[in-house]
Amino acid sequence: MSQHRQDPGRSAIIGNIRRGLKRGPLPADQQAMLAGRLATHPRHLVPARGQGDAASRVASFMDNILREFGTVQRLPDFAAVPEAIAAYLAAQNIAAELVVSPHPELQAIPFTEKPLLKVRFGKTGPTDPVTLTQAFAGIAETGTLMMPSGPERPTTNNLLSDTAIVVIRAARIVGAYEDAFDLLRAERGGMPRNVMLITGPSRSADVEQTLELGAHGPRSLHVLVIDES
Amino acid sequence: MLQTSRAFKENATSAMANAGLQRALARARPQYAKKRQAAVDRLPEFEALREEAKNIKNHAIANLDFYLETYAANVEKAGGTVHWCATAEDARKAVLEIARRAGAKTVTKGKSMVTEEIGLNDYLEANGVTPVETDLAEYVLQLRHEPPSHIIGPAFHLNREDWEETFRKSHTNLPADRVFRDTRDIQAEARLQLRNKFFAADMGITGANFLIAETGSSVIVTNEGNGDLTQTLPRVHVVVTSIEKVVPTVEDTLSLLRVLARSSTGQDMSVYTTFSTGARRPGDPDGPEEYHVVLVDNGRSGMVGTEFQDMLRCIRCAACMNHCPVYFAVGGHAYGSTYPGPMGSVLTPMLAGVDEAGHLPNASTFCGKCESVCPVKIPLPGLMRHWREREFERHLTPATMRYGLGLWAWFARRPGLYRSATRMAALGLGLLGRKQGNLPRLPFMGGWTKGRDFPAPEGDTFFARYAAAQRQRNIGGRP
Repeated sequence: MSQHRQDPGRSAIIGNIRRGLKRGPLPADQQAMLAGRLATHPRHLVPARGQGDAASRVASFMDNILREFGTVQRLPDFAAVPEAIAAYLAAQNIAAELVVSPHPELQAIPFTEKPLLKVRFGKTGPTDPVTLTQAFAGIAETGTLMMPSGPERPTTNNLLSDTAIVVIRAARIVGAYEDAFDLLRAERGGMPRNVMLITGPSRSADVEQTLELGAHGPRSLHVLVIDES
Repeated sequence: MLQTSRAFKENATSAMANAGLQRALARARPQYAKKRQAAVDRLPEFEALREEAKNIKNHAIANLDFYLETYAANVEKAGGTVHWCATAEDARKAVLEIARRAGAKTVTKGKSMVTEEIGLNDYLEANGVTPVETDLAEYVLQLRHEPPSHIIGPAFHLNREDWEETFRKSHTNLPADRVFRDTRDIQAEARLQLRNKFFAADMGITGANFLIAETGSSVIVTNEGNGDLTQTLPRVHVVVTSIEKVVPTVEDTLSLLRVLARSSTGQDMSVYTTFSTGARRPGDPDGPEEYHVVLVDNGRSGMVGTEFQDMLRCIRCAACMNHCPVYFAVGGHAYGSTYPGPMGSVLTPMLAGVDEAGHLPNASTFCGKCESVCPVKIPLPGLMRHWREREFERHLTPATMRYGLGLWAWFARRPGLYRSATRMAALGLGLLGRKQGNLPRLPFMGGWTKGRDFPAPEGDTFFARYAAAQRQRNIGGRP
């Protein structure tokens, strides 16, 4: 802390704030109270929407994805993924090649059974048209996908392709954002470098208030909800 | 940025005569209010969430020193660096120094109002670093050398033909006779032009909507994805943000996010809400190798403990300007500052000085709509009134207005005289305007009657009628 004391910007800002609050540094007991609030990070009011049993969470998650201009499809298991992707891309008239994030769940998908699908595991480049990623959690409240960064989930794979396909297990669909962050704290033990909450495909209404999809990120977001747990 | 708040009156007059701007304003006005209302109607808890949002920000500000120091410690724990900048100049220098040490020649930028506030782009450019705005609206404005006119939709004052003209002039690598069939083509062209710039940039600058003390994270909220590409692809990520953005925990942030997008664009949630914590970690396939936070004060700490402290709650959603009759009459540029509309009228005099921006708090009808839609319940009309008082105290109000107020006050302190004078005026004006019911001209008030008629008083003054009613009641009430 000693080098901070000499930082003139820091002393000026903190000093000015304390002058405004008409006090010095917080007394130790109050600091302990605030540290306690940080450690327990209590929740505030969580809206009722998105709450409910697993079946209704999945249903409102899927509804909200559609509301946000995404598309969604429910599949019994991971084995059904290659066929579903091939059919989706064919229907959109998109070449059957995709970059797949190196996540174990995705690596276990039997892509070889669908030889027409060209698959490359790794990071997306500037012109790769389609990506397949895996969501850490889904949030029913607004149809939101949680994508924490890590070796198995490159951040750029969420952003660069025209078409983003995301798989999520139905069992990973929670009600509220808070539930998803609780999972993250429990399983990752803190904040990964980057956590994206994604709600629908990229968009802008900057030109004459007209909503257009695909500003800098994906134009289409297709979510595959997998029932296999 | 260039402050032209002093010229608000002249700016407003020319804005009202600008047909293109008026067309853009008329297009946007009904949409903003409708979208917000629809989002609010979909969430029964919205009013309760506003109250919570207000309390969360109040708690953060009451302990701002503690939360800022905790935040900074956690940024450093995650491998980032915090640069504390008391002034705009300190902040500009800090960013340039980071760029120089990184050897950065081009810098991509996500939308950041704080970088507009501190005039970062011009400064970087003057010092040999090329900034490239990547938000669609900020991009077209940079090509046009224009400031933003709105904090969420910076280029909403432009019409389609303005976009097309600018792109034709700037994108000389494309065929000059190309056709833009619809707004989608305009957007697609910008996407293609910027894609390579994202990859070529040495450094990326974003703002932050929130800073989280608990984790040392910065949070950005975007719809396009440009902010994410800006902070993910280059080797260095610089967050330029301000001290009042800090909140204690992730949960506090989530509660604020629930009111932010709904108040702003009427979305339930923005497309990309991204939490960034430090630099690339071992095993990470992408992300920046350096993570810096340039923490700007620029007058904000001076608001703590004053009547303007409530303004520090602002989460920059733009609901106040989206519902403001004055904003929709004159547009954003007339305010002559980075922050237009009601929130800007309160904030700008603080940042630029009341001498510079004293006109802005007068640009209000005090209709109160801004306060009623503010997600953190900032009493904006009340704060504007404080500025008016300060302006008056410092003799910055025009002489005619001061004399007028003085004259009124002289009468108001003499109730008997006041009553008979107003009674005579009401009777006289009533007689004058008896035929039409209104008065197209009034002595000494040519400026006011130029744009509207004065309704002719019908009958007596309020005081006289109230007194008469009281007498009536007393007579009738007696047994």
